[in-house]
Amino acid sequence: MLPELGHFALILALLLAAVQTFFGIAGPHFGRERWIAAVRPAVAGQFVMVATAFGCLMASFITLDFSVRYVAENSNSALPIIYRISAVWGAHEGSLLLWILLLAAWTLAVAFGLSRLPEKFGARVLGVLGFVSVGFLLFTLATSNPFLRLNPAVPDGRDLNPLLQDPALAYHPPMLYMGYVGFAVAFAFACAAMLEGRMDQAWARWTRPWTTAAWCFLSMGIALGSWWAYYELGWGGYWFWDPVENASFMPWLAGTALIHSLAVTDKRGLFKSWTLLLAIIAFSLSLLGTFLVRSGVITSVHSFAADPARGVFILTFLVIIIGGALSLYAWRAPLLKSQAGFEFGSREMFLLFNNILLVVALAVVLGGTLAPLIVETLGMPTLSVGTPYFEPSFLTPILPLLALVAFGIVASWKRGRLAAHKRPLLVTFGVSLVLGLALAFGVYSGATVLTPVGFTLGLWIILTSLLDPVDRWRRKLTLSRSIVGMTIAHLGLAMAVIGITAVESFTQERDIALAQGESATFGRYEVRFDKLADVEGPNYGGVRGEFNVLYDGRPLMTLHPEKRNYWVQRSVQTEAGIGSHRGTNILIALGEDLQGGKWSVRVQLRPLVNYVWLAAFVMALGGFIAATDKRYRTVKSEATEPAPGTAGGVLEGKAG
Amino acid sequence: MTPTRRRRLILVLGILAGVGIAGALALTAFQKNVMFFFDPSAVAAGEVKQGQRFRLGGMVSKGSVQRVPGTLEVHFTVTDFKHELPVTYTGILPDLFREGQGVVAHGRLNENGVFVADEVLAKHDENYMPPEVAHSLKKNEQPAAREGS
Repeated sequence: MLPELGHFALILALLLAAVQTFFGIAGPHFGRERWIAAVRPAVAGQFVMVATAFGCLMASFITLDFSVRYVAENSNSALPIIYRISAVWGAHEGSLLLWILLLAAWTLAVAFGLSRLPEKFGARVLGVLGFVSVGFLLFTLATSNPFLRLNPAVPDGRDLNPLLQDPALAYHPPMLYMGYVGFAVAFAFACAAMLEGRMDQAWARWTRPWTTAAWCFLSMGIALGSWWAYYELGWGGYWFWDPVENASFMPWLAGTALIHSLAVTDKRGLFKSWTLLLAIIAFSLSLLGTFLVRSGVITSVHSFAADPARGVFILTFLVIIIGGALSLYAWRAPLLKSQAGFEFGSREMFLLFNNILLVVALAVVLGGTLAPLIVETLGMPTLSVGTPYFEPSFLTPILPLLALVAFGIVASWKRGRLAAHKRPLLVTFGVSLVLGLALAFGVYSGATVLTPVGFTLGLWIILTSLLDPVDRWRRKLTLSRSIVGMTIAHLGLAMAVIGITAVESFTQERDIALAQGESATFGRYEVRFDKLADVEGPNYGGVRGEFNVLYDGRPLMTLHPEKRNYWVQRSVQTEAGIGSHRGTNILIALGEDLQGGKWSVRVQLRPLVNYVWLAAFVMALGGFIAATDKRYRTVKSEATEPAPGTAGGVLEGKAG
Repeated sequence: MTPTRRRRLILVLGILAGVGIAGALALTAFQKNVMFFFDPSAVAAGEVKQGQRFRLGGMVSKGSVQRVPGTLEVHFTVTDFKHELPVTYTGILPDLFREGQGVVAHGRLNENGVFVADEVLAKHDENYMPPEVAHSLKKNEQPAAREGS
């Protein structure tokens, strides 16, 4: 009964989304107030329906209803309860439903949210969001219905893919989707502004918190995925330039550019059409990411069973959304002229550089990710693009970007008096250079050319981003949430830069053959293989090794890597033993029985790699703090109320 | 030309030069580092250049996996049901590496015509086969290829 109820709720949600789209877009166009008034109830109704559908699917998983095909394919009676819940989004159909649920939730938040939008504009935003929702609901109902029954029902399910039976994977998709879907909100704001043919600084102030929040979720989602790939897939690293990783990284790069360009639009009323274009790009890349990952056109862990109908549908939807938005842009963007200008050396100029470099980096990643697809479509030999391409090409725009962060932070808006900031810039750079060199050659050994560069840039970002807050704090001035948030996010970036530099420069990894009692040496560390015992879990059996890690001959920790055999799927799964010592992440994974009492063992020591993942969360924390700044809550359109008395408004008044 | 205009011109030229350099570097990196995919038949036909690093794909032949006891060295052959190619690898094989299953290996041919792999990838679950492998096997019309997909 529940699955049918869920299916029915999903159909009702589709109808309500259509209502929301029509009244949201047609209402303001024809100036019908009653139509506009119908939009919010439709949003609420759609959310209730989607939540009901999602609840029904979850209930089927919890009660182990193996008459539902999707449940039978992705669950099992021996599966622990937490993974029964996360199994809801463990495969294609359910993850789409999660996408739709999160979109409905974001839409609800926009409709009844904190920033009170003008009636017409708000209706248009909701209308565009409704259109996106219609597309995804149609897709789900037509090609990927999770509520289909299995006749006859099976006694037990095929179990969740063992790789996905993991806490990080329970949170990774919801976080990532919160980010993807959040960019839909920025996209809807952009489309609404274009439909309206008007875009003022108030628009930027409405859009900023939503975009920042989406970016925060995306950052955390990417970090969780990377962390999971590290210890569960045993890929041994934090980034592999895998097409699926790139698919989530591209919207992040576009989103980062968008956040910075929105800041300029908000504070100075510049970059208007560029900001709109970035909002369209960020969401298009989110859709492209979904397409790449879900349609099975690329080789990856995430490509579930490839179904051509699905690929064609997503591609069509992609073309409609992106094509539509870009046509609207071509038609309306010329209306939006920026009035003010800026000087050479002003903060605007550095933010412009930030945007250009981020977009170049984005183009590099996009090119490398799509090249194999394009080449294959043209019927040329299959090729693959990997780390050797991505690393140098990505670093080319990113290193100058990191070097310019310090300038952008200290530069003033509008005026290009960089000379006034010469002293703090030089002093902080000198300190960073000395510390960077000391770190590169003093603490660890085996530095490359880029090691001191990375450390110095990271430290320079830390020092310069602290200049302004420390100065304000000394002079007992108020510190707004915007400034605190921005500072924390930049500290997160510096953390990532330093972490990545350390990992790339000082990692030690080796596959070795060890018998029980034997040990291997890695610099000052020694790894000893002590014991091997049988182990049994709820839905698997296997072996468990006991390894002792020694530092300078003193025992440090005991790690227990496992080799599991999941009974239902009959698949072997490696669970690495992971420990941490002075910032160095130690990973030990069991390979296989090599006969003669020996086992193959993978040992990896990665300094500061934990900070790379932590950095994403620090950035997200900064973003959330900035997004909750007071100034975003009481924004009114300039059309209804003349120049508000905020700092930005005053500045603008002078400029005009 | 006013100073403001000249500065703006320098700015625009600088941006263009920067983007141009980045583009040129990316293209060079791309040309140098792209890896092509070949199946054993293509290798037998001599399509692979001397010393070229490439991706080899096919099925692991049944009964071909041999270990050198006590070491990480392993030998197996990869087949597309027309031709076979011996492969040698030193290191830990992925969990899902099995005889009679799809596999992709990165590496080079040595003087003896043996493929020396530095990386071996296997399919991630039973629904999944590397698309290139599936394509290559379909081309050779071998019904056994359907087993895995």
